[in-house]
Amino acid sequence: MTTPSLSNLLMAPVNAVMRVIDAPLRRLQKATGIGGMAAFFLAPNMLIFGIFVLLPLVINFVYSMTGGTAFFLSERDFIGGAQYSRLFECQNYLDPMSCQEDAFWTAVGNTFWFVVLQVSLMILTALITALILNRELAARSFWRAVFFFPVLLSPVVVGLIWKWILQRQGLLNFGLYQFGMDPYTWLTDRNWTFAATIGVSLWAHMGFYALIILAGLQAIPKDLYEAAEMDGTKPARVFWRITLPLLAPNLLVVVVLALIKSVQVFDEIYVLTGGGPGTSTLFLTQYIYETGFASALRNPGLAAAASILMGTVLVVLTLIQLGIGKRGENKGKR
Amino acid sequence: MGKVARFILRRKGGKGWHWTDIFTWVWLVGGLIIMFGPAVWLVFSSLKTPAALAEFPPSILPYVTSQATVEGYDKPLMLYDARMPDGSTRVLAEVRRIGLVAQMVDPKAPGEIVKVNINDRTPVRTMSFATNNYTEPFVHFDFLRYLWNSVFVTVVATVITLVVNSMAAFALSKYEFKGRSVAMLVILATLMVPLSVIMVPLYSIISSLGLFNSLWGVILPTVATPTGVFILRQYMLTIPDELIDAARMDKASEWQIYWRIVLPLTAPALAVLAIFSVVWRWNDFLWPLIVLSRRELYTLQVGLSIYSGELNVQWHFILAMTVVTMIPVVLVFIFLQRFITTGIAGTGLK
Repeated sequence: MTTPSLSNLLMAPVNAVMRVIDAPLRRLQKATGIGGMAAFFLAPNMLIFGIFVLLPLVINFVYSMTGGTAFFLSERDFIGGAQYSRLFECQNYLDPMSCQEDAFWTAVGNTFWFVVLQVSLMILTALITALILNRELAARSFWRAVFFFPVLLSPVVVGLIWKWILQRQGLLNFGLYQFGMDPYTWLTDRNWTFAATIGVSLWAHMGFYALIILAGLQAIPKDLYEAAEMDGTKPARVFWRITLPLLAPNLLVVVVLALIKSVQVFDEIYVLTGGGPGTSTLFLTQYIYETGFASALRNPGLAAAASILMGTVLVVLTLIQLGIGKRGENKGKR
Repeated sequence: MGKVARFILRRKGGKGWHWTDIFTWVWLVGGLIIMFGPAVWLVFSSLKTPAALAEFPPSILPYVTSQATVEGYDKPLMLYDARMPDGSTRVLAEVRRIGLVAQMVDPKAPGEIVKVNINDRTPVRTMSFATNNYTEPFVHFDFLRYLWNSVFVTVVATVITLVVNSMAAFALSKYEFKGRSVAMLVILATLMVPLSVIMVPLYSIISSLGLFNSLWGVILPTVATPTGVFILRQYMLTIPDELIDAARMDKASEWQIYWRIVLPLTAPALAVLAIFSVVWRWNDFLWPLIVLSRRELYTLQVGLSIYSGELNVQWHFILAMTVVTMIPVVLVFIFLQRFITTGIAGTGLK
């Protein structure tokens, strides 16, 4: 007999438990057959899915048609589409301040501009980074890690790091001071704060998208480039005629993925700005969170209605993504 | 040095520098500074005393002004390098300042008061690490409690995730049964249902199950991740069915097949999912913020955000605790980065 290794020793109690479980499961298998065992293996996952994902999804529609501040459905009154019409009640549809729920429309507007600016800058910087990482570099995995590093950081840490840099005695003002400029309180200025939310979310997530684009770049057959080089094709032409067309399906998936994430922006921005100054960085998820839970005048029904509107946008985006994925697959088969 | 430089800057085919090469290096070095700089600045700042944190312009490294207790004076006095009229410099302690003149004493001979113009003196500064930024929050703010809550949520959620998702993936990859494609579709469809869409009804479900203000209320909704089922199922599909048929002929039960054959063979995919799950659960913020309202139940992320949102932010503690919160993720990054990057590149999921 050999001496037991550490991993064997650690696994011993787990194995013992598994052996104890085995006896009743054998009896179950005898009663239900192999097909029944499939149901048994699937059951825990489906149960958790059902309770914590599907059920809330269904209840959400009911919720959005009830009023009051109570959380339990049995204590809420049915009011039909009143929450929706409240969200859409505006005197002038071009001016969010004329709406009854002006905070909602402010959040929609902010989110819209955030999504447009953040996603376009994100794709641009991620594409440049991926193209550079795809070149023949010394220590490529190191450089890849450099850009990927912030992706793993928690949103709270990201928010706090940047709050510390952007505050009055922070690193940014220190840098400006070196060039003889006056310190500025960045996070009290509406426009600068909005710009900061875009910059910070770029910093935190760009590496993720660069990584996916890089995988797409590396999937482009090398012989195409060799052939182009032999023909003496200019690098710019190689980019427009080979790289970009072959990267297009991958890039479209990345765009949709970035859109889906961007619409839901919350964590790091909430820590960085709290939605302020005023409502200049109030985004949709924060509106739903505050309407549903945090504010004194909480209205879960209204929050549910707003979240369903947001969910509709996300479903449309996901369907586009699935459509692109299907087309890409079919292309691969041909 | 020359050799290193030549290695780093080597060019394909020994051609000259193209503008794209210059752009590449500007982008890479700029990226290095922008990506790592803020985190490094955080670590340096977290080691500064509150006084040093309030300084502007700030010093890069944690310096403090030296002080000395001088005979005849109750409070410790600030030490300065003072330039004397004869051109020499002496280390003096400042007693008080009147207008442009500082009254100073020599710490070794405190009897005689020397008057120095304030422009002729500079503070003596030494590097000093304010390590009590790290030790005190554990006493004052219950950070040990938050750390424990975070570790508990992360570990338990990851273990349950691995068990539940691998069971489902096993059923979906190795059995033919009615409703398999429906189950698969349901799981994939939930990929589209982010927390921000269902948080209100999910909260009411958690409350009616009595899981509000409980760490289990944080854990349970997160454990059935569609991503996990997806990764594991793709991997299990590559395990040959003959292996399972052979085990059945040897009278192995289905549970044994799952536990003794399929799971060990799925180890690489399980490792990837475990890493993802640890990072996800450690970083979770919005859902714990909703479910946990009692201070002793906060996770690190919630505790940090609540304290940093208070009116008088004690930045020296917040910064140190931010570094502590960052440590596990940085360790994962250093040692397991390869798994994560290949995992993301392979599935396109975060």
